[in-house]
Amino acid sequence: MNTQADTDTNTPANTDTNTPAAAAVGTAVGTAPGTNWPYLEYTGVDSLRGPLMVVSGVRGVGFDEYVRIRGQDGELRYGVVAEVQEDLAVVQVLEGTGGLDPAGTRVAFSGTPLRIPVGLGWLGRMCDGRGTPVDGGPPVMGSRTAPVAGRPINPTRREPPSEPVLTGVSVIDALTTFVRGQKLPIFSVPGLPHLELATQIAGQAAAGSQPFCVVFAGMDLTHADAAFVRGALEERAAVGELILLINTSDAPVLERIMTPRIALTIAEELAFVHGRHVLVILADMTSYAEALREISAAREEIPARRAYPGYLYSDLAGIYERCGRIRGLPGSVTVLPVLTMPGGDITHPVPDLTGYITEGQIVLSAETAARGIYPPIDPLSSLSRLMRNGAGPGRTSAEHLPLAAQLLASLARARQVRDLADLIGADSLSRTDRGYLDFEDAFYKLLVDQRRTENRSLADTLDRCARVAFTLPRSELTMLPDRMLPAGLPSGKEQERK
Amino acid sequence: MDAVTGAVRRVAGPLVEIELDGGHTAAMSEQVLLGAARVPGEVVAIRGGVLTVQAYEYTGGLAPGDPVIPQHRPLSALLGAALLGGVFDGLLRPLAGAGDWLGGSGGAPDATPDERTWQFTPEADPGDPAPAGTRLGTLAVCTAVEHRVLVPPGLHENRPDPDGYGAPAQPRLDWIAPPGQYGQHAVVARVGGEPVALSERWPIRRPRPFRRRLDSVTPLHTGQRALDLLFPIAKGGSAAVPGGFGTGKTVLLQQIAKWCDADVIIYLGCGERGNEMAQVVDEISRLRDPRGGGRLAERTVVVANTSDMPMMARESSIYVGACVAEYYRDMGYDAVVIADSTSRWAEALREFASRSGALPAEEGFPADLASALAAFYERAGTVQTLGSGRGSVTVLGAVSPPGGDMAEPVTVHTERFVRARWTLDRDLAYARHYPAVSWAASFSRDAAALAHAAGFGPLRERLVLILARADRLADLVDLVGISALPAEERMAVLAGRLVREGVLQQSALSETDGYSPDRKTAALAEAVLAVIDRCFAVARAAGPVPVESVDFGPLLRAREQAGPQDVAVVEQCRDTVLAALDALAGGEAPR
Repeated sequence: MNTQADTDTNTPANTDTNTPAAAAVGTAVGTAPGTNWPYLEYTGVDSLRGPLMVVSGVRGVGFDEYVRIRGQDGELRYGVVAEVQEDLAVVQVLEGTGGLDPAGTRVAFSGTPLRIPVGLGWLGRMCDGRGTPVDGGPPVMGSRTAPVAGRPINPTRREPPSEPVLTGVSVIDALTTFVRGQKLPIFSVPGLPHLELATQIAGQAAAGSQPFCVVFAGMDLTHADAAFVRGALEERAAVGELILLINTSDAPVLERIMTPRIALTIAEELAFVHGRHVLVILADMTSYAEALREISAAREEIPARRAYPGYLYSDLAGIYERCGRIRGLPGSVTVLPVLTMPGGDITHPVPDLTGYITEGQIVLSAETAARGIYPPIDPLSSLSRLMRNGAGPGRTSAEHLPLAAQLLASLARARQVRDLADLIGADSLSRTDRGYLDFEDAFYKLLVDQRRTENRSLADTLDRCARVAFTLPRSELTMLPDRMLPAGLPSGKEQERK
Repeated sequence: MDAVTGAVRRVAGPLVEIELDGGHTAAMSEQVLLGAARVPGEVVAIRGGVLTVQAYEYTGGLAPGDPVIPQHRPLSALLGAALLGGVFDGLLRPLAGAGDWLGGSGGAPDATPDERTWQFTPEADPGDPAPAGTRLGTLAVCTAVEHRVLVPPGLHENRPDPDGYGAPAQPRLDWIAPPGQYGQHAVVARVGGEPVALSERWPIRRPRPFRRRLDSVTPLHTGQRALDLLFPIAKGGSAAVPGGFGTGKTVLLQQIAKWCDADVIIYLGCGERGNEMAQVVDEISRLRDPRGGGRLAERTVVVANTSDMPMMARESSIYVGACVAEYYRDMGYDAVVIADSTSRWAEALREFASRSGALPAEEGFPADLASALAAFYERAGTVQTLGSGRGSVTVLGAVSPPGGDMAEPVTVHTERFVRARWTLDRDLAYARHYPAVSWAASFSRDAAALAHAAGFGPLRERLVLILARADRLADLVDLVGISALPAEERMAVLAGRLVREGVLQQSALSETDGYSPDRKTAALAEAVLAVIDRCFAVARAAGPVPVESVDFGPLLRAREQAGPQDVAVVEQCRDTVLAALDALAGGEAPR
C-alpha cells in the first residue's frame, strides 16, 4: 500500500460554503443520526474497488469511525472505516462505490463509531434498514445517542432469564416457551412461512401486564414481503408498541450489517432505561451473513468454512448476545433471529454457529407444511433450553411442564408408530399403537394448527394440550401426576396386543 | 512505567501496528497500552522499527498517531488470595467491580481496587533457607482449601550474579511479617533481599517451574458413571470433550466442575453464552461444597470471557486458566482447568492470523494450531513442586466441531495431545440419553491402570464387551427384527439396554443421581451385571421363555431411587428383579 501522501492535493477541503451546518443530535435519521459532521472534507480518494475506498492524507482518523461520502454529483453515501494506516483510511462504503469519481468525491470522518439517537421517540416508527423513517413522519429524535456497535454485558451483572414471553402461538408457548432475556432462533428453509410466523409473533407477543414492545428488523426482504410485514404490523405500530426497520432486497447489501445492530441499540435503551420487555426479531440472518461474506471477500480476508469469514461466530455472537436481563435494571431484551438453512442443511455455517450461540431452536418442517398445517413447527427437533426458567408454577401454570414433557414423549412414540404403520399397515397395529396415531392427529389439529391471525391465550393453549394428551389412555400418561388425570379417562389396562 | 514512548501506525480490528520513539525498544510478548483509552495489547511481531500488537479490547476510535505506553513486562496475571471465589475476565481482571457493560470509559475491569484483607499466619523463621517454593505461612481464605504463601519462583531471577559462577548461594529468609490482617499487595517477607508480597505477577504463557514430573495413577473422580467406569482420567491428565451443539457438553463439564474430587476448580468460559455463564456463577455460588461446610464457590475460580467479549482475550484466557491452576498446584493441590470451549479460542487464533497475513493451513487456521494446542494441554501433569510437595493440574477442554464434523482441525489436533476423549454423540442426545458420552467413539489411554486403581477393573472389561456386542447386534435387529434372533443374541441385546439405561444414564438435574460416588457406581454396575447373568442363565436353562417381558423397571430406577450412599437400595432393586426372573424360570433359581 502506498503510504506516501501527496500533501498538495490531499489537504482537507473546506466545504463550509456548500455544506449545510453540522447536523445536531437527532436530525436526519439514516444520514448518520447523532453525528456531528465536521466541516472538513477530504478529497484524496486514492482507489475504489467493490465496496472499498482508500482515502489518503487523512489525519487522526480512528478505526471503525462512521464516514460520509459526497459524490461528484452531490449524492450522499455513508461508510465505516475498516482499517487505518498512517495517513491512509480504508472505508467500506455502505451503498457501494458504483458511480463514484475519485476526482470529485469528498469524504468527511465523524470522529466516532456510528451512534444513533435512542429513546421513546422510536416507538411506532417504520424505517428503512438504516433507521431513516419511511412512514412520512419527521426524523427520529432522541435526547441521547448510543453507539450501534454495542458493548459486551459484564457476565457477572447478568440476571439469569426467567418469566415467559407469550406469543399467542400455541405450539411455541406450550412446548418451546420463550423466556425473557433468551435468544431463540427459528430455523427454516426457503418457501416455508417463517416470515409470516415471525410477523405473527411480532404482532401478538406480550409479557403479561408488563410494558412490552417489539423491534422488527427485516433484512433482505422483497418489496412484496416488506409490504406484507408493514401491513400486518401497522396496528401494533399505531399503538406505539412496535418499531419496524426494513432493509429491502434492493437496498445496499452492506446496509444489512447495520440493521440488526441499530435494532438492538434501540431495544437496549427501551429495555434497560425505559423498563420495557423488548422482543427483537431479526429476519433473515442468513442474508446478513451473506452480506458479511461479501465484505470479507472484498477485503481479501482469508476465508473459513464455505467462504464465510473466520470471525462469523464472534460477529453473530456480538448480535445475539445483546439479549438478556441485567441485575438491578428493569426490562429485558429477547432475541428471535429467523434464518433459512440453504438446502435445508442444518450443518451450514449460519445455522450451525447460530445453534452454538442461541439457547435452543425452533425448527420448521417442510413435511408438516405439506400437510397444510400452520405453523409447520417440528416440535421434536425444536427446543427451548431455558424453558424451565420461564414456565411452570407461578410463571405459566403448574400443569405446563409435565404436560409439555408428556406431549413430546408421546409424539416421539407416535412418530415411531407412524413409521411402523407405513411399513406394516395401520390395521396390524396394537390398539395402544393405533391410539398413538389418533393422538398425533389430535396433536396437529387441536394444538399446532392455528390461523395466522389467531392469538391464543395461555389458558386456551394449555387446555388444548390437556385435551390432546387425554386422547391417550391413563396407562400411557406416565409423566402426568395423578391429580392431573380426569376421572373418566380410560385406564388402558384392558388393551391387548395383537 | 507510564511514559508515552511510541505511536500507533496502523489499526485493523484487533491488529495494531506501532512505532516506538528513537532509543526505545520493546520485546516480544511484552504488554503495551494503546491510545487514550489505554487498550491493553501484546507485542506479537517485530519487523524493523514496526511492532505488531494484538489488542485485547475493542479498538474503535483508535487512530494513527495515538500514544503508546510500553509496560516493559510480558503479559502477566496477578496471582494471589483474591482468586478463589472470584469471577475474572480473559486477562484475569476481576469483573465484580466493573460496570454493567464492559469496555469504553469507566468500564475497565480493574477500575476498583480489591480492598479485602486476610489473616496471615507466618510459619518460617528469619535465617531459614528459603529457595523458591518454600512455605512461609498460610492465609485464611476459605475453609476447604488452605492458601499457602510460598517463596515465588523467579524471585532472584533478574538479579545479577555477583560472582559470575551461575550458582548463587541459597537465599535465606531475612524478615517475616507478624500474624495479622494483610491486603493482597502487602509485603509479608523479605527473602535474600527481595520483598515477597501476598500476590505475584506471572507471565501467562510461561509454565510455572516445578522439580520434576511424576507418573500418576490416581483417578480423578468425576462422579459421572460413564466417565469413571468406562473412560477414567488421572489427576494430572487431560481430556477433550468434542460434541456438536445440543449434545450436552456444557452440562457435562458443569457437573464435573461441581462434583469432581479436585481441590481447586478453574472454570473457563471461553467464547460461550452469557446467560449460561451467569447461571454457572449463580449455581456455583449457591451450591454447598460436598467437602467442608462452605460453598463450592469458595474453591472455584471462574474466568468468564463470553462470546460478545473481545475475541482476543479468549486467546489469553486459556493460558490465564492454566496459570492459575499451576499456582495452586505449586501449593500442593490438585487443580482442574475446565475450558469451554477451546474451539472458540482456536477461532481467535485464526482471526488474528488472518489479520496479520499469516499463511493459512487447514480451514484457515494458522499452521501452528497444533503447537498452540500442545502448549495448553501439556500444562497438565502431576509434579513434584519446587517445595517438594505433590500437586497436579488436570485439563479438560470442550471442542465444538462445526457441523459436528469430527475430522475438523481443532478436534483432530486436540486428540493427539489428550489422554482421554469423551465424544458426545448427537444420536444419544436426541434419544435423551444423558450424558451422551459415546462408548464407541471415546477413549481413555490410561483406562486399564485407572480402572484397576479405582477397583473397577473387571467390571469395566465386562461392560465394554456387553456394549460392543449389543452395538454389533443392533444393525441385525434393524434388519430382521428382534424376535428372529436366537435367545442368546436376544439376551445380548437386552444386556446392552440394561447397561445403557441402568448404569450409564445419569440425569444432571437429579437430586439423588447428579453425583455418583465410586461405591454407588460399583453397586449399580454389579447389580446390572448380576441381572444380566441371570437373564442368560434363565434363557439357556428354561428354553423359550419371554425374559424381555420381566419388569426391569426396579433395576432401571435404582439409580434414581438410591441416594449417593444408598448401596442397600440398589441391592434391594437388584433382588426384586432377580426374584422376578427366578419366578419366570419356574420358581427355581437356575445357576
